[in-house]
Amino acid sequence: MRFTPHSQAEITSMLQDIGLNSLDELFSDIPEPLKLKKELNLGQGMSEMSLRRHMTDLSSKNIHTGQYPCFLGAGAYDHYIPAAMEELLSRSEFYTAYTPYQAEISQGILQSIFEYQTMICELTGMEVSNASLYDGATALAEACKMACEATRRNQIILSATLHPSYQAVVKTYAMSGKMDIIIAPEHDGVLDLEQILAMINKQTAAVVVQQPNFYGLIEELEALEKAVHAVNGMLIMSVNPVSLALLRSPGEWGADIAVGEGQPLGNPLNFGGPYLGFMACMKKNIRRLPGRIVGQSVDTNGKRAFVLTLQAREQHIRRERANSNVCSNQALNALAASMYLSLVGKKGLKDIALRCHHLACYARDAFSRQGIQLKHEQPFFMEFAVKVADPPQVNRKLLEEGIIGGYELEDALLFAFTEKRSRSEIDQLVTSVGRINNE
Amino acid sequence: MDIRKDLLYSDQHEWVRIEDDKAFIGITDYAQENLGDIVFVEMPEVDREVEAEEAVGVIESVKAVADLFSPVSGTIVEINEELEDAPQLLNEEPYEQHILVVSMSELGEADDLMNADDYARFCEEEEQRG
Amino acid sequence: MSKLLFEKNVPGSNAFSLPPCDVPEQDIAIPAKFLRQTEMALPELSEVEVVRHYMALSHQAYGVDDGLYPLGSCTMKYNPKINEWAVRLPGWSCLHPLQAPETVQGALELMYETERMLCEIGGMDAFTLQPAAGAHGEMTGVMIIKAYHQHRKDERRKKILVPDSAHGTNPATAHVMGYQVVEVKSNHRGLVDLDDLQAKMNDEVAGLMLTNPNTLGLFEEDIEDIARIVHEDGGLLYYDGANLNAIMGVARPGDMGFDVVHYNLHKTFSTPHGGGGPGSGPVGVKSFLSDFLPQPVLIKEKDGYRLDEDRPLAIGKIHSFYGNFAVVVKAYAYIKALGSAGIREACQYAVLNANYLRCKLKDYYEIPYDRLCKHEFVATGRWQMEDNGVSTLDIAKRLIDFGYHPPTVYFPLIIKEAMMLEPTETESKQRLDDFIAVMQEIAREAREEPRQVLEAPHNTPVLRVDEVQAARNPVVRYDKS
Repeated sequence: MRFTPHSQAEITSMLQDIGLNSLDELFSDIPEPLKLKKELNLGQGMSEMSLRRHMTDLSSKNIHTGQYPCFLGAGAYDHYIPAAMEELLSRSEFYTAYTPYQAEISQGILQSIFEYQTMICELTGMEVSNASLYDGATALAEACKMACEATRRNQIILSATLHPSYQAVVKTYAMSGKMDIIIAPEHDGVLDLEQILAMINKQTAAVVVQQPNFYGLIEELEALEKAVHAVNGMLIMSVNPVSLALLRSPGEWGADIAVGEGQPLGNPLNFGGPYLGFMACMKKNIRRLPGRIVGQSVDTNGKRAFVLTLQAREQHIRRERANSNVCSNQALNALAASMYLSLVGKKGLKDIALRCHHLACYARDAFSRQGIQLKHEQPFFMEFAVKVADPPQVNRKLLEEGIIGGYELEDALLFAFTEKRSRSEIDQLVTSVGRINNE
Repeated sequence: MDIRKDLLYSDQHEWVRIEDDKAFIGITDYAQENLGDIVFVEMPEVDREVEAEEAVGVIESVKAVADLFSPVSGTIVEINEELEDAPQLLNEEPYEQHILVVSMSELGEADDLMNADDYARFCEEEEQRG
Repeated sequence: MSKLLFEKNVPGSNAFSLPPCDVPEQDIAIPAKFLRQTEMALPELSEVEVVRHYMALSHQAYGVDDGLYPLGSCTMKYNPKINEWAVRLPGWSCLHPLQAPETVQGALELMYETERMLCEIGGMDAFTLQPAAGAHGEMTGVMIIKAYHQHRKDERRKKILVPDSAHGTNPATAHVMGYQVVEVKSNHRGLVDLDDLQAKMNDEVAGLMLTNPNTLGLFEEDIEDIARIVHEDGGLLYYDGANLNAIMGVARPGDMGFDVVHYNLHKTFSTPHGGGGPGSGPVGVKSFLSDFLPQPVLIKEKDGYRLDEDRPLAIGKIHSFYGNFAVVVKAYAYIKALGSAGIREACQYAVLNANYLRCKLKDYYEIPYDRLCKHEFVATGRWQMEDNGVSTLDIAKRLIDFGYHPPTVYFPLIIKEAMMLEPTETESKQRLDDFIAVMQEIAREAREEPRQVLEAPHNTPVLRVDEVQAARNPVVRYDKS
């Protein structure tokens, strides 16, 4: 297939206008030894029909969550996506547009981001939000950098109950030499409060906690918030946006920066991406917020208008003085998140959060009736771990029975329950786990 | 372009007015003109010790950003808090608005600064370099 | 301008319902102190109102499907529709990233094959698909460079060289990763000044970040000497692939001496820009650096593909999962559709279109480096500015009235009143001729009726927006009060 419109006659006439005789002459500035002497080994181009078949065949080699019920969570969740979203996201004015630098022809995109920022503020209880970052883990890493700059300190304390991939990404970003990472230990699946309180001191730029944490459990943060603020450090919370319809928000906990994975808000699982990292903070730190931000202003007639603002923070202006190099964000995923929040609405999001919680509670009771023990005795939202003898073996058997099992911990499986799971699916899961574990 | 006779100037386009051991520091008309509409001034903390030519703050316009340097060494004893809410004052009356005041530790440093005539020539050269 | 969602709110209105609950709806098993106390002011609207809202917003946006989008360095080429179809296949979109490897062999095969094709296109030995955007790729690449020097216990290297014409992300990335940035000057031909490079290169320099062709659209003809100078002093050469469209199928960064590269799948490989993202910024390296690639690394074994997490020298993880997989699916489909010949042809026509545009505009706009360019070139509004007080920004805004997206303006920074034009290969001669006629007309207006240009745009939903007010008093969320 080709997506180029030129006819041979046009090529000839264009070359003539340029004063050249052949397409090859367009590359006469490339030194001869550097020119590729062979054809690339990429195969022959495919027709649309062949490509369609090829892609169908290749994707059919996978088993997906539309075929088997999925109890995997651990940072990506199989929530329902309203039908209107696919239709609206197919508008190519949205998806084929560039970053809205030209405000006059980009009001639609700018307004959608302004609305997104508003909704993220509402969810998190924070005052300002950016237009999104790559994903939950990178948003957290950016938040840690931001805390170091704001406090002029470099020690970041990560909770051991933070998603292991998020811990890993923050550690990678610390290659800059500008952050020292220490890990605060856990106890029965939640932060060991006594230990973390002892770790906080005047070098602490921020303490990072995940809520609900990696094991799906809810952390008690009151003493922690007081302790970190007593030394003028920051509290960073990584949160699940759906949980916020039910759980105390970062704003209510007194957090300084809230980040999280926005995928649960209407974004398909897509084997891990593209997702979106959301990030919000209090107004006093707005000029340290990385990424793009849309602001409200007026046009020359005094009419309300939206525009990318505070650009002097960003790499294209600040260059080697910039504190973040982010330019592309996940605008289309942020658009999906705001469409999702608009479609499910205020009541819908609460209903979904409650349903997830109820299904998880039902599963907990069913597991205990089967004699399967929970790994932790702590309140949870929609995800929890149960003890099994051989987690990989249980998962393998579950798969044979047509179930996508849980996330494998050392001695347990971590299961997630979204509103898409039914009672009968949960019953089947619980029965199978019980049986396999006893084999 | 306005250059005041009674002030001293740095090659970073700051003006300095010295009263006893105190240096009042602001940006020149040339600087504000080149930056365009100033939207934010990031101030240093009071009591901070600074070396001459050390970056102490940041001035942001819509499309540009410039470091603010202290032309003299000493301790920052005051910042102009009015600018935090009204950064446009730096555009409107650059010479009436100091940004910070430094209690100088080395009074001799004032001799390294330019007078108005030297600064006018300096700006002309900058213009020609483009 | 449309009302905001929140201004359309109908309390109690609702577009969504769950199926009946078939499990007991017990009390919430969470202590009250962990529960939310404050209300969330999320929208309350019917489905049709939500749909109409976003339809209205789409009418106030402008994509490649609406018209020519000559943004320099952004490669706004047509985004083939088959790719959008392909990515919605449930076999991709409904895959959980943590599923067992045996259930995702198709996805791993697609990733493996994409890595192989990207290696082939760039002349590199290994690739990672994990960086979520170009800047993320740059960061990953600079981390690899840092890890390499650290591994060799070469601790003196604290600097990264960046040309003065570079994208802002280059110096920003180097700074964010803890390097001191040293700028290398351009010479009178718009290319890296070899003397300046030689003077600044030493054993404290970790590497040079370079775009080739550079941001002026000019091929760095001395690239072999540049590579030699950097390598002789133990530095590494980083290729910013923003402009890969200009050479793909014709020459390869790997053959030029680059050690680390990133591509932008959302530029060169036709994946849509999404109004600012998602992108994808895969990073490729020569074999001596492959141990430093971020984990997991995709490997092929006799019984299938698997993600290897056990990589002792790896820089670590850089993404929650494996990057923007669905974007990779689209790029894969694009390369498969074009094949070897199509990739080369796309490059040739991109360069043809840029040179055609350059030749047709040079009598109307100053072209500082008026010679053979690659996929883009820089013109300026300097004549219009000097003669009529019409700036490049004014010209850009006037283009909007004629139905075109403006080019990149005021970049690269080393050129005054710059406008950087990149037509891409998917624009036809007729489109280009129409655009040329409009650019000529605007040049005439600037001379004869400058107000038309100075006050542009005239026909948009809003006129020029007050950016100063937006930045002085930031209002970044709706507030009812």
